[in-house]
Amino acid sequence: MAIKRETPEVNAGSMADIAFLLLIFFLVTTTLETDQGLDRLLPSIENEPRTIDINEKNVLRVNLNRENQLMLEDEIIDIKILREIAIKFLDNGGSLPNEKNFCDYCNGNRDRNSSDNPNEAIISLTHKRKTAYGFYIAVQNELVGAYNDLRNRESQKLFHQDYVDMEEEYFDENTHLVRKETLKKQIKIVRELFPQKIIESEVINN
Amino acid sequence: MKLNRKIKKQLPAVSTASLPDIVFILLFFFMTVTTMKPTNLLVENTLPNASETEELHNPDGVIKILVGKPTQTMTVVGNAPKIQLGSKFGRVDDIGTYVLSEVAKMPEGIRTMAMVSLKVDKTVGMGIVGDIKNELRKVNMLKVNYTTVQGDVFQSL
Repeated sequence: MAIKRETPEVNAGSMADIAFLLLIFFLVTTTLETDQGLDRLLPSIENEPRTIDINEKNVLRVNLNRENQLMLEDEIIDIKILREIAIKFLDNGGSLPNEKNFCDYCNGNRDRNSSDNPNEAIISLTHKRKTAYGFYIAVQNELVGAYNDLRNRESQKLFHQDYVDMEEEYFDENTHLVRKETLKKQIKIVRELFPQKIIESEVINN
Repeated sequence: MKLNRKIKKQLPAVSTASLPDIVFILLFFFMTVTTMKPTNLLVENTLPNASETEELHNPDGVIKILVGKPTQTMTVVGNAPKIQLGSKFGRVDDIGTYVLSEVAKMPEGIRTMAMVSLKVDKTVGMGIVGDIKNELRKVNMLKVNYTTVQGDVFQSL
């Protein structure tokens, strides 16, 4: 009697169930990463506090109070116009063409009572202990946004590419090394045109 | 000519033979784009929105510090905002030692690129954040990333 050589077929009907179980397990135990944020560099601790002479007109004072209100100098303003104000301040270029610190790339109002040059313009940001973190981040975001807008403008003028795109390309792993070198130089040039100068401090009383 | 050929009323069964393949593709997709939850959250952590964000370029060199109110199950420790270091609560004074020990665990090549990711709940006051920043300055960890969710800033206010 001949023995049947054919092996019986494995029932694959439950394969989908097994895969579904695995899928659900991974859906539950894993998360999509939220690794994005605002990069900041803290000042290092110095034993002797340095004093620098700064002209008052080169400082934009932004104060956050405990009620989560934004005060510019002494006025309460809406956060939505902060970016515009910051751009106006940084891009002012108030010094005259015959002065040493004349800013030839600025498009601002050239107001004598506002900042001389983006290199000298400083934004001072203070907050109280009770200021909400969310509000503080919103303000930081707007200030960084103001710098990015100006840097993008200059970057477009010089290299026909947005500054933020250049940064992204520079940090991309797939970018070629030669390209990275040129990007590094270009990023440095644009950063020097509008250096980020934000001073942060906490106001202790009340 | 006879036209009374019987039409089959029954629909043919849909073949489910490719269903496992489809599910496996989904499975592999989720396995590759997601990561394991690193730690249990002991604190509430609703991150604020921001639009001008940069990506963290070097995920291995990131030390996470979480701040927020204790979660529902953790209310035994009170209601004031707490700091979570790794899988435990920590005090402000512990931050320096924690950060340095985390840096020591990293491979030598990336130690200089180490940075701190501050995951702070948006309702927390700036006081505790300022204290943390001061502690970080003391141990010379100056690169900080305020981790946020990509989105409209004004929406989260």
